[in-house]
Amino acid sequence: MAILSKDEAQTILKKVLSFSTADECDATLSGNVGGNVRSARNSISTAGASDNTSLAVESRFGRRAGTATCNEFDDATLRRCVQRAEEIARLAPESPEYMPLLGPQQYLDGSRSYVAATAGITPDYRAAQIGASMALCDQRKLSSAAFLDDSHGFVAKRNSKGLEAYQQVSNVTFSVTVRTPDGTGSGYASGDYVDAAKMDAARFTKIAADKASSSVKARAIEPGKYTVILEPNALLSNVDTSLLGALMGSLDARNADEGRSFLSKKGGGNNKGEKLFDERVTIYSDPLNPEISDLTFSGDGRPQQRTTWIEKGVVKNLYSSRFWARKAGIPDLPRPNGWIMEGGTQSTADLIKGTAKGILVTRLWYIRPVDPQTLLFTGLTRDGTFYIENGQIKFPVKNFRFNESPVIMLNNLEAIGKPVRLNGNLVPPLKIRDFTFTSLSDAV
Amino acid sequence: MKRRDFVGLTGLAAGALFLPSLPGFGHTPVDPARLLEPGADVAVKKRLADAALNAAKAAGADYADVRIGRSLNQYVFTREKQVQNIVSTESYGVGIRVLVAGCWGFASTSVVTEANLAATAREAVSIAKANKLVMKEPVQLAPQTGYGEVNWKTPIQQSAFEVPIKQKVDLLLAANAAALDAGASYINSALFQVNEQKYFASTDGSYIDQDIHRLWPTFSATAVDTKSGKFRSRESLSAPVGLGFEYLTPNAAEQVRGPQGTDTIGYKLRYDMLADAALAGKQAKAKLTMKSVVPGKYDLVLDPGHLGLTIHESVGHPTELDRVLGYEANFAGTSFATLDWKAKNLPYGSKAVNIVADKLQPGSVGNVGYDDEGVKTREWDLIKEGKLVNYQKIRDQAHIVGQKESDGCAYAQSWEDVQFQRMPNVSLRPGTAKMSPDEMVKGVDKGIYIAGAGSFSIDQQRFNFQFGGQLFFAIEKGKITEPLEDVAYQSNTQEFWGACAGSCDASDYRLFGTFFDGKGQPAQVSSVSHGSATTRFNGVNVINTARKV
Repeated sequence: MAILSKDEAQTILKKVLSFSTADECDATLSGNVGGNVRSARNSISTAGASDNTSLAVESRFGRRAGTATCNEFDDATLRRCVQRAEEIARLAPESPEYMPLLGPQQYLDGSRSYVAATAGITPDYRAAQIGASMALCDQRKLSSAAFLDDSHGFVAKRNSKGLEAYQQVSNVTFSVTVRTPDGTGSGYASGDYVDAAKMDAARFTKIAADKASSSVKARAIEPGKYTVILEPNALLSNVDTSLLGALMGSLDARNADEGRSFLSKKGGGNNKGEKLFDERVTIYSDPLNPEISDLTFSGDGRPQQRTTWIEKGVVKNLYSSRFWARKAGIPDLPRPNGWIMEGGTQSTADLIKGTAKGILVTRLWYIRPVDPQTLLFTGLTRDGTFYIENGQIKFPVKNFRFNESPVIMLNNLEAIGKPVRLNGNLVPPLKIRDFTFTSLSDAV
Repeated sequence: MKRRDFVGLTGLAAGALFLPSLPGFGHTPVDPARLLEPGADVAVKKRLADAALNAAKAAGADYADVRIGRSLNQYVFTREKQVQNIVSTESYGVGIRVLVAGCWGFASTSVVTEANLAATAREAVSIAKANKLVMKEPVQLAPQTGYGEVNWKTPIQQSAFEVPIKQKVDLLLAANAAALDAGASYINSALFQVNEQKYFASTDGSYIDQDIHRLWPTFSATAVDTKSGKFRSRESLSAPVGLGFEYLTPNAAEQVRGPQGTDTIGYKLRYDMLADAALAGKQAKAKLTMKSVVPGKYDLVLDPGHLGLTIHESVGHPTELDRVLGYEANFAGTSFATLDWKAKNLPYGSKAVNIVADKLQPGSVGNVGYDDEGVKTREWDLIKEGKLVNYQKIRDQAHIVGQKESDGCAYAQSWEDVQFQRMPNVSLRPGTAKMSPDEMVKGVDKGIYIAGAGSFSIDQQRFNFQFGGQLFFAIEKGKITEPLEDVAYQSNTQEFWGACAGSCDASDYRLFGTFFDGKGQPAQVSSVSHGSATTRFNGVNVINTARKV
């Protein structure tokens, strides 16, 4: 089904609400059209396309709620969907955490979360992008595995209390792992954009290929505490848990207030207002940022606004459910979609130049929580780890396992580089002292 | 359900089960009564499948298979004294895969009519023809004889969907109360119920109707000491199983006591949720004041509910043939156990290490009659007396290792996803000599007994790993002396399995499992079990994970 305009979507939603007999009714209509292509061993392995439009209706009788969905939009189907949500609601237990639906909201204007060029992607575009990536690797006698994924769509909301929302989004993501034929060198790069015109798969493939070629014959050096330069891909991943992602995913007020978070305070309460990180650490969210524009409303209809989460090392805000915000008497802030960590002007190359002794980390992998009390995580380096001396990369080193907490890491900050877009966030490379590597890995 | 939905739903990344808000799952929420309705009649499904197969052949396919899938799920979530969410969902549709001149094509649809299936089959053929332009290695499909019209059903005693929701809610709330009474400050509990109704048909002449059931009751109990600001959790020791609701009827004969002094209970094919929750509440509270481990080398005695995850990561994944060949290099990773490595005949582990793959074990989540490309499931050895002897394969991989037939490892998480090679059950054979966990502990001078799965991490080629657990106990001079905290062990796959000193006998054999093994781009999840008896590993490096922030 084609992407619906604001008027088309709201016309359907109005009709849905007109069929409701419940105390409250909330309807969300969303659509997404996209495609992907995957390669391995310099050949396309799979390709697919998706096209989904669906309506979710939540009906409420008092404190009881039920949800139903459908993906056809004729009157009879819409009516059945509303009836089913109401039937399920009547069967549901009463929720002690019930919150009335939100009334009309003011959302920010001017988010550039959708670009027509991305909506215009064809199978030929995907083949050309991944084809250029494979050709570069063929030429350099390297082996690549890559994935290109694009989507564009819309989200529209309307409820019986008068809330109304609509926005379009688009995204294209590419990632590539390049390996030397003997398996002794490996490199990785990835990028994502709202606007497909900015995508250049060959550019990322060249970065990954250079890392693969220069990471062969890695030397083993002793594990221990090292100064590291963590590239953005080592801080935030789009396929797995990551150190910065885990930190920002832990700013939930309820967990902190219940005493089960690194933000819980001895004796009760939480650490909001405390300085927990180096004073150069400032992290905020902004759905209007031109590089990472995103939805200006959350799934439950709350506005997404520019919000400072950590300012000069001090925890400024925590997000929560609407129920918890009211109970705790705190600002009602939804979890944002993307994060922006403020940085400086230095590139990763500049950070290397300013390092007497250290290790450059391209990427961290298989990161899992070890102790939620201290936010301790373990994981490994991969796809290009290098020893730095006197401002220069000297030689590749074997991969390490680390055991480290982002809380400790952001206290041991030496320098912050220039932020770049990664998975809908803006992330700078970071130079960190005393990063804890606990063992060596033979993996390439 | 897809993994990202589950993770979003439960906050599992944070190590505990947290509040679900809005159900989605890519499935349609339905009235629970709908889960009891039968799907389409077999004769109807055969007619639909034939329409697709005939259209695919007419359009030029050399081979085609059709999967008509109806997937039913119900999830019940609670915390402390309240129900958070009850979700019942249904998904129905058809996936069609075709082979045209050595190239695969795939298309799926939720509009299940003969005309539309024929059109979808033609779309799959056109995709295969387009992909042919960039094909380098034509697919070689291992031959498969058609089975005709056959069926298979998970051997369950009671479908979980037939149990009234109130009974399930009451059970979870009673478990919550037991944990809170015993010392937990918070508890989240959940019951996941899955029914995959799968109809597979192929141009080989198979028409396979399967009714597959899985169940997973689980919880996470947390104790908080507000004064010190410390908190600790203990997760349930249940396993996801290929059983009906009978799994939740306690049976003493299906329980194994841990070594003397540990106060732990392991579960075989029946689980006592109330007893486990009460123990979890007590143990979560006790963890707040346990002694922190002194790092160093220890002999580890690993309970099957713990060891299963180590088997999964260090044997299950490296022996997947698609990883070995590089098809997962950009996501899940590759493997140290390459064809060249295998040819060198180097030891994977000690002679005590015998590891078997299967999709046959009753009660395992991998148990099905036929895989998702119509191959009857079987059992085969992966590691024999410490040597790697085979891999996990599907029909288009068998020829690579000179095998004439598939191992039956193809799986797709739903009708809308293409099937590919997924891990079968991978299990460590128990010891042949009589040995109980108690007797095993008696032989250890300086060691640690570990029960339950915790933190886990392994590199992309499956060399270096680190595992935590739920419960740790010091062993000194053949006796359990005290519980420990902050324990994790780091090792290397070959070194670790090389240090395997033997397993307890079959009377201690139990299954560990997961619903959410992730692989592929776009990512798909699959369910897998890992069996073992309590096993000893000598001289493993243990680290202390406590930090100050």
